[in-house]
Amino acid sequence: MDIVVCIKRVPDVAEADVEIERSGLRIDDSDLSWGMNEWDTFAVEEALRLEAEHGGTVTALTVGGEDDEEVLRRALAMGADTAIRLADDAFEGSDPLAVATVLAAAIRKRPYDLVLTGAVSGDTGSAQLGGMLAALLGAGQVALATRTAFANGKLEVQHEVEGGLERVVELDLPAVVTVQTGINEPRYVSIRGIRKVASVEIPVEGAGDLGLDVAAVGAAGAREALSELFLPPTGEGAEILEGGPDEVAEKLVERLRERGGI
Amino acid sequence: MSTNTNQNPKILCVVERAGAGLDDTAWELLGAARALAGEGGSVGAALLGEGVGELANELARGYDDVWVFDDARFASWDGEAYARALAPLAQREQPALILAAHTNLGIDFAPGFSVRAGVPLLPDCLSLESAGDGSAWEAVRTVYGGKVHARMTCTPSEQGAMATLRAGAFAAAEPGAEVTGRVHAEDVGDDVGQGRRPVRTVEPEASEVDITQAAVLVAVGRGIEDEENLEIVQSLAEALGGEVACSRPVVDKGWLPKSRQVGTSGLTVKPKVYLAVGISGSFQHVGGIKGSPFLVAINKDARAPIFGVADVGVVGDLFDVVPALEAKIREAKG
Ligand SMILES: Cc1cc2nc3c(=O)[nH]c(=O)nc-3n(C[C@H](O)[C@H](O)[C@H](O)COP(=O)(O)OP(=O)(O)OC[C@H]3O[C@@H](n4cnc5c(N)ncnc54)[C@H](O)[C@@H]3O)c2cc1C
Ligand SMILES: Nc1ncnc2c1ncn2[C@@H]1O[C@H](COP(=O)(O)O)[C@@H](O)[C@H]1O
Repeated sequence: MDIVVCIKRVPDVAEADVEIERSGLRIDDSDLSWGMNEWDTFAVEEALRLEAEHGGTVTALTVGGEDDEEVLRRALAMGADTAIRLADDAFEGSDPLAVATVLAAAIRKRPYDLVLTGAVSGDTGSAQLGGMLAALLGAGQVALATRTAFANGKLEVQHEVEGGLERVVELDLPAVVTVQTGINEPRYVSIRGIRKVASVEIPVEGAGDLGLDVAAVGAAGAREALSELFLPPTGEGAEILEGGPDEVAEKLVERLRERGGI
Repeated sequence: MSTNTNQNPKILCVVERAGAGLDDTAWELLGAARALAGEGGSVGAALLGEGVGELANELARGYDDVWVFDDARFASWDGEAYARALAPLAQREQPALILAAHTNLGIDFAPGFSVRAGVPLLPDCLSLESAGDGSAWEAVRTVYGGKVHARMTCTPSEQGAMATLRAGAFAAAEPGAEVTGRVHAEDVGDDVGQGRRPVRTVEPEASEVDITQAAVLVAVGRGIEDEENLEIVQSLAEALGGEVACSRPVVDKGWLPKSRQVGTSGLTVKPKVYLAVGISGSFQHVGGIKGSPFLVAINKDARAPIFGVADVGVVGDLFDVVPALEAKIREAKG
């Protein structure tokens, strides 16, 4: 089975004091650590698991700049066979549909049975790329996969529906599946593992290589644009208890007592 | 764009079912759509399912038009089949705006459908307004795990535009007492249901604890760092006479069973008191907390979104605060 995995590099903001740049269009990311989007680590692992079981190839793709090469290298260190960076000045300012268009063009160029993406990007939180990609490729799709199994030319996918329920569906291939966290245990990559692939040449493909009409991608074709980033209004936020651990614990006990928690 | 200005727009809402009834979001979409459509616009609903005549009538007490796709292929939700079935409707009716809910089902259906319908998609909106004198839509959405908000502008294509709305973010419109809307039966094409077939539905595993019944929940998140550290929240829960719950990463790592996960892909809980320990407060987690409990957040990041919804917060290291709290509670209880 030939599998393509789409991955993205995102900053980790979980414990950071996020500041917005004066332009209002970017966060100040100079002090943030970056890495592979959490969901994508599960997608790569799932691709490698299917490859180990059924043979074939795993190709990692990202649409991004030079700095984003780092996540492709991580995918290679995890065990992906090939990594390609999709980049072109013409891609600047692409909206989500344009990113999907670029990926679709790259995927169409090669034989593939299955495309895996993360369920959602931790930065933009859109959760839309996989579905768009499937429609562009004319392939079937299913979102939020928690298990995959391949047999008799069909892919069985368990995925999250509503109300804590999951459903198993059978997909004809080729198909696009978006991967949820927890589907597997992404393998650990050691510094040594990263070093081993440090000198691998990672090819770059641009609009010309992909046969893309530059009017369809980039800022020119974008129907969606960011007008402003801002910090969420903190109006009705929590009453913050001040003091050392014992002091706040004391105050908390009081509040809990008032509210019937004790 | 002749037919698709935002002045008096025609809006199509793809509504969701929940069990045998309609999901709450069906009325939230109506509320949002009515506000955008104004007096001169119109608001329709697309309903897919098997044997959904009653539900169509219910929708027609609020929506102007209800397009019903009644077919065995829609008995269970299938984002792929929905997208294929609805594309011809959108093409025929030419709505200026298509709305759906940003639920698991919306995530499965909306992106592919937007491409089929030839419209740009604004996902997971907290607000949505007409902008640029009716030539664009403006939405606010969350980015960076809810720590930052983004105002987005979307220019419709010839075919219009689409947005998915976060559940609970828009005020629901109440249906009227009478059926005032028109109900239309829709044909379903042969291509619908190809490529993807339902096999079975998987119910959550039964478990000995039922966190949905607990009055006090101590919920633990990724901030706990390691399985061994769970002990401190377990003994806090014990001191409070409550149960331990958790966020999704704790289940993903296999530290606690899925039956303790709170959120949109876990359980919905209605405790009196909810302590969130080392949980950032993503909408998927907070979406599972109902009944407005007294919400306490313990987190070392003062800007964690959980503080925006908590009643009381402690900005501090959980490894200091949790044991201190447990000691004070045991003291207080004597
Ligand atoms: C379709 C979908 C469905 C989902 N369903 C669910 C769901 O049902 N339930 C759910 O929970 N999530 C769900 N998620 C995942 C969700 O988006 C978040 O990723 C998740 O809720 C984050 O969990 P967390 O807050 O524990 O971790 P993080 O977001 O990583 O937050 C950890 C927090 O711990 C704090 N912290 C770290 N160390 C300490 C310390 N020593 N002391 C105090 N605080 C500390 C940090 O400041 C941070 O705020 C879903 C996602 C998707 C895409
Ligand atoms: N620039 C990109 N390059 C490659 N894959 C991407 C890119 N952006 C998003 N993706 C993929 O799409 C998934 C969902 O992203 P999103 O729709 O942005 O939330 C991610 O988990 C990635 O797998």
